[in-house]
Order: sequence, then C-alpha cells, then structure tokens
Amino acid sequence: MNAKNILLFLVLATAFWLAARNSELSLTELSRGLPNVFDYLLRMYPPNLAYAPKVVVPLIETLAIALWGTTFSIIGAIPLGFLAAKNIAPVPAVFWISRAVLNFFRAINEIIFGLIFVSAVGLGPFPGVLAIAVHSAGMLGKFFAEAIENVDRGPIEALEATGSNRIKVITYAIVPQIMPQFIAYCLYRFEVNVRAAAVLGVVGAGGIGFVLITNMRLFEFENLGIILFTIYITVVGIDSLTTTLRAKII
Amino acid sequence: MKQIEVKSLYKTYDDGTEALKDVNINIEEGEFVVLLGPSGAGKSTFLRCLNGLVKATKGTIGIYGLSPITGKREELRKIRQMTGMIFQEFNLVNRLSVLTNVLTGILSYKGTTKSVFHVFSQGEKLAAAHCLQRVNLLDKARVRADNLSGGQRQRVGIARALIQRPKILLADEPCSSLDPKSTQDILDFLQKINREDNITIICNLHIPELAVKYGKRIVGVSQGEIAFDGKPERLTDPVLNRIYGFDQVEPSNGN
Repeated sequence: MNAKNILLFLVLATAFWLAARNSELSLTELSRGLPNVFDYLLRMYPPNLAYAPKVVVPLIETLAIALWGTTFSIIGAIPLGFLAAKNIAPVPAVFWISRAVLNFFRAINEIIFGLIFVSAVGLGPFPGVLAIAVHSAGMLGKFFAEAIENVDRGPIEALEATGSNRIKVITYAIVPQIMPQFIAYCLYRFEVNVRAAAVLGVVGAGGIGFVLITNMRLFEFENLGIILFTIYITVVGIDSLTTTLRAKII
Repeated sequence: MKQIEVKSLYKTYDDGTEALKDVNINIEEGEFVVLLGPSGAGKSTFLRCLNGLVKATKGTIGIYGLSPITGKREELRKIRQMTGMIFQEFNLVNRLSVLTNVLTGILSYKGTTKSVFHVFSQGEKLAAAHCLQRVNLLDKARVRADNLSGGQRQRVGIARALIQRPKILLADEPCSSLDPKSTQDILDFLQKINREDNITIICNLHIPELAVKYGKRIVGVSQGEIAFDGKPERLTDPVLNRIYGFDQVEPSNGN
C-alpha cells in the first residue's frame, strides 16, 4: 500500500462515482421499477403457441442475413486485413489508410449502419446484410491484421531465402500460420452476427427483429413470449454448433 | 572468378550496433568453411548479407559476380536460388506436411498462380521425394512438420535446401537446438554433401571442438571482425582466447 497505489485508487474511485452520477444509477428507481419488469414478463405467459408457425420464416430470414452478411464481411476483410498488417503493407500510407478504414467500420455499431442503409435502400433484409457486412469487415479485418503481424518470422525468412516472391511467401509462410485462428474467428463472427441480425430487424432490416418490434408496438405480449423463446433457442443452437466446429479446427 | 568475394564489408544496424566491420574474405567452390565465434559476433549477420536477407551498409559482395547488395529483384532471386540456407530454429512451416515443406524450396521456379493453389507437378514431387530419401525421411513425407523431432526437422530443412540444387549452403548454427547425437548426424551429412555434390558449405558454429572436427577452413569472428582465417590445426588456445575475448574479460566479484 504505497502512495502511488492510494492515489490511483482515489482517482479510480472518483471516476466511478462521477460515472454513476452521470448514468443516474439509482437503487430506489430499480426497486420501484422491478415490479413493472415482472408484470411485463408475466403478461408473456402463457405463450401463444398458435403464433409459432409465423415465426419460422422470419427466423430463417435472420439466419440468411447473418450468413450473407458474414460472408461478404470475410471477402472484404481479407484484403483489408493484409493491407493493414505492418509486415505486409507495401508502403506505410497503405497501412495507415487500411487501419483507418477498419477502425471506422468497427467504431460504428451495426445498428447505426442499419439505420443508414435502411434509409438508403429501403426496409427489408438487404440493408441488414450490408450493415453486418460492413461492421464485421472492420472487426474481422483488424483481427486478421493482428494475427498476420504476430506470425513467427522464421518461416518467412526461410522462404525469402529460397528466392520466392512476396505472394508465395505469404501463401506458404503466413497463411498456414493464421488459418486456424482465421476460421475460428469467422465462425465466432457468424454467431455474433446471428444475434446482431435479430436486433437489426428492430430498425427495419427484416427478420425476426422486425416481427419482435411489431408485436411490441401492438402490445401482443403472448406472441412476444414465443418470439423471445425461439430467438433464445436459435442463438443457443448456433452457439453450440460454432463452438463444436471451432474445437474441431484447432 | 571466385565463387564468393567479400570486400570491406560493413553492417551497422538501425540501433547503432556495428555488426560487421571491414570484413574481407574469398571463398572457393567446394570449401567447407566454419565461422566460429561467440554469440553476437556477427556470424549470422554475415550469412544473411550473403543472400541479401540483411542489406550490408558498405562494401561489396560478389557471388559469381552477382551482388546481393546492389542487385535488384532478378539478381537477388538468382543468388537465392543458388544459395540454400538452414537455420538454428529450422524455420519449417509447422502446419504443412514434410513433403510440402521441401517443395517450398523450388517455389521460385514456379508460376505464382500454381504456387498459390498448391499445384505441384509429378516431377516436382519426385524431386522432393528424392531429397527426402537422401536425408532418410521419405517415410515421413505426409507427416505434419511439427510432429517431428528436432533432428528430423533440421533434416527436412536440409532437404528443402537441396531441392534447389544449390551451389552454396549457408548453415546458421544448425545444431544449436539439437542434442549431441543429432548434431553429429547433421554435421556428418553436411560433410557428405560437401564431398559428394561439391556444395560449398559456410557453417556457423560456436563450439570449437565441432569446428575443428568438421571445418576444412576456420574463420574466427569476434565483435564483427575476422580474428582468424586458416586451417583447423592452427586454431591454438591463444587464438581461441582472442576470438572469445577471454583475455579481455574483467573478473567480477572483486577478486
């Protein structure tokens, strides 16, 4: 317990306290509001099983949005990831621009992109695909760039010593090294994007999210129960599927 | 024309380290040269200057007249095709098979598209198999490189160099990560290809006993300079002291 640690503690404590004031944390508000939450949840019971068939198609649409959104993001992230890797970028300018583009895509949440694309191309699943593609490209690209920068330099040196050109060195010395992480992260991204696609529907980008927000606005609580339950099952299912696949890759 | 001509070679790294100072040396075809010296003496830097992995700051290097310092892409490629290299840490691509690792040695002769899609001809695979046979590892051709022992990995490294049909083999501390038996196996093999194929060997070692046993010519390197250049018999204790700087070491602990 020295002076530096005490000072650090005080600074952190002040920061936390100011943040609590700013976000209006309130135990009284919570205890007052908790009964409303239970009331809300109770209205969803009993769930309206007759509504279940109406959920299937939107759910498939959500999965389709996630699938194509992720696929496009991989296609975009591969070149961007390579260019944003310090050991690959031909000139520093390329590196800086690629990093800037990736950071922009990452910083803006897919919901914001969703709103932008919905106003650009209209309501429906397609703007959802675009929103996921762009935001995920940023996330995947940055991850690839870091994986590429962290590869073992040894094999790169060995391949350069045989007279191979840049592309061959990348193909044989770098790609095999990052392949397992690459695939694992793509699968992880797909799982995240299923959840994102569900939420994007809330801003009009199709899928189960759109059904969800519609029923919320119409106060159809028994339908909400079924909708939330199917979302839950789907996410858990995709989660365990991707986890199993990722274990097989490593 | 000498095979390798080095004149007034200097290398200073960006952080100011003077790795090589005024190195002059000529090497003929078929020699077995051992570079002997402590860590940090400049041996690795010297090898890497020869094939251009490190760019020398001053001086000239001629490999059959080609220069890794001034040479552009084509010239550098020709030099690297002529010089094979093996490394202390083997530097194999761990997730690829032994056979594919050996095949990477001839990538410089293949088209880029075929290379990217891992398309190798029967002839190329046969050549790789032949090299693996020479190092006694043909039965491990389909095994992943990281499933081999250290000695086996270094032999794959040698096979990868051999498939290039090199005139020169640069060996950067090839046995420093190996046990004594594997060390002997590897150095015996280098001796063999030096005799049978007339491949010039330039081998970094830091153990004097090994240097004397295998080197036909010993070049002592100390702090970036050549401290000795001659036959193993002339490597006496005073010379070793000069190379390793034992007479310059200050006793610590207040003696």
